[in-house]
Amino acid sequence: MSKSVKKVYGYLAEIETPSKLWKACEKCRDAGFKKWDAFSSFPVHGLDKAMGLKKSILPYLVFFGGLTGITTGFLLAYITQVQIYPTVVQAKPANIFTVAAFFPIMFELTILLSGFTTLFGLLGLMGLPRLNHPLFASKQFKRVTDDGLYIAIEARDPKFSPEATKAFLEEIGGYNIELVEDDE
Amino acid sequence: MATDSSTKTAGERKGPKIPVLLREELILNNRSYNWITERICGIVEKPQPKLWWLLFIPCALIAAIGVGFGLTYLVSTGVGVWGNSNRVMWGWPIVNFVFWIGIGHAGTLISAILFLTRQNWRTSINRAAEAMTIFAVCCAGIYPVFHVGRVWMVWFLAPIPNANAIWQNFKSPLLWDVFAVSTYFTVSVIFWYLGMVPDLATLRDRAKSKISQILYGIFSLGWRGSNRHWQHYEVAYLILAAISTPLVLSVHSIVSFDFATSVVPGWHTTIFPPYFVAGAVFGGFAMVLTIMIPARSLYGLHDMITMKHIDNMAKIILTTGTVVGYAYLMELFVAFFSGAKYEAMAFTYRLTGPEAAGYWLMMSCNVISPQLFWWRACRENLWVVMGVCMAVNVGMWFERFVIIVTTLPRMWLPGDWKTYDPSAVDVFTFVGTIGMFLTLFSLFLRFLPCINIAEVKWTLPQSDPHHEDKEEIEDDGIEVIPTYQREIDNGATKA
Repeated sequence: MSKSVKKVYGYLAEIETPSKLWKACEKCRDAGFKKWDAFSSFPVHGLDKAMGLKKSILPYLVFFGGLTGITTGFLLAYITQVQIYPTVVQAKPANIFTVAAFFPIMFELTILLSGFTTLFGLLGLMGLPRLNHPLFASKQFKRVTDDGLYIAIEARDPKFSPEATKAFLEEIGGYNIELVEDDE
Repeated sequence: MATDSSTKTAGERKGPKIPVLLREELILNNRSYNWITERICGIVEKPQPKLWWLLFIPCALIAAIGVGFGLTYLVSTGVGVWGNSNRVMWGWPIVNFVFWIGIGHAGTLISAILFLTRQNWRTSINRAAEAMTIFAVCCAGIYPVFHVGRVWMVWFLAPIPNANAIWQNFKSPLLWDVFAVSTYFTVSVIFWYLGMVPDLATLRDRAKSKISQILYGIFSLGWRGSNRHWQHYEVAYLILAAISTPLVLSVHSIVSFDFATSVVPGWHTTIFPPYFVAGAVFGGFAMVLTIMIPARSLYGLHDMITMKHIDNMAKIILTTGTVVGYAYLMELFVAFFSGAKYEAMAFTYRLTGPEAAGYWLMMSCNVISPQLFWWRACRENLWVVMGVCMAVNVGMWFERFVIIVTTLPRMWLPGDWKTYDPSAVDVFTFVGTIGMFLTLFSLFLRFLPCINIAEVKWTLPQSDPHHEDKEEIEDDGIEVIPTYQREIDNGATKA
């Protein structure tokens, strides 16, 4: 393996408590950073507002997933029971009026496809699964799933500067500040 | 970091003393984030206690012999090895199916309905209850799948175009059941798995051996606790809770349609769907307690699964048990009040026929035994709680037994009347599924985080981003005495 020049991912700083994380996030947001993120082992409620994030679009995706489910359920039952293979059983007619008997199937498929859309929509929005991430190179970052709270500002951010960003992170209460490199 | 606000100012203030009613703490002893991680991950990382092996090995053997051998014999011989006959075409297999599906309901109820109603105490028990749901549905699934006879033809249940151009009867409750149970299983697995991803990442970051690093790494999907992820994740969790709530209510309603839409005296009643759902929640909670109380003592989880949790679950058992009791009585009342003589005959047979012992066992286990939970002393005595839960487990099995096996042998034609006896294979398979359930559960305890680490951390007071601001607010010399309901009841703060 030849030695290559390493790219900088960004700065990683630890924050002490959830309350301080909240305030630090507000300052990051107000400083105009765009490519940055906060990390915690549990969801800190309301942090999306402090970070200035837009609302998740997941519910809209799930709505269309559910709509597909209910349509599939209806067409599946209607086409097979009324169109191609009309059968009169349990005194239920082979026409549209038997739709009440299709409701359970339509309902279950709505739920099923909503569930799948939630799962895959979520993974899509999060950009997961992925095998690695530059931050995983940091030793202290292992504590993110235990009790560590972190803020990372990426080098891709237009406002990033090697000195000023470090000073900024110190100012907002960050410590153990570390320059994380990106494997290339 | 974790400061106790009650001790901070005591003695300094000169104003009036005000007892403030607090909720009971969900996590006792002011535990830190790290303590929670260590304690829960420790269960997976440390060698298992001897008792775990004492549970796992016999259960795995019972499962292998009961389910493995029982089903191999059934497939190689024919469904006739079960006690079902022409008249009693649904015997033990369907009793067991409904029993296990019912057990599965508590998990989704805890994770979905209690989430939507903001019952934060659910966080300590939801993971294990969801796991229990999935394993119970696996046990339940065995019966209808093998009941079709030629198990390799089971794909006929799915709406797939086939050479005969025959489609399923979408108007039949039995097909609704196929859709309901398979959807329930799938959505429960999604819910369970998504909820576990952050905790699997915790295990990944702590893993020592290569193999566990790789496996937990794959299943944690590269989770890194990013708040841009948490934001979507929380919405996803809310959506899953919102769709699971009607789902869990629909599943047992549809199971009850299998009976209620038939024209069989004793089954053809409109009370069945709510009665089945209440019974399922009732039986499910009893099973959650049956396995959580031993697991709690075995792994020292007393600070996370507190007496408050057990108390709440006991109250739910009391409520649903009373609803079930109401349904039993209403069923009887309607049978005799309606003047429908076949209906009355069916119930007279249940109450006094050869299987009457089952009926009275069901009544005493399901309706009378949970009434003990009216007394706090009973809810606080774990032996009583375990005893009642075991009684409920038995009673709920007998409920399904009564519904099915005391109805089918006495239908419209007296010439058809028969008595029903299960075969040895029936018993084998049922005992095997109990073994299978406990085996799967003990493997779950061994390999996966049995308490939702992320959510438990989130319930700690210091996880509130405004916690420190609240601490700093000065009051006007008033001394606040934090008080719990228990202390008020005992008269401790009346001074």
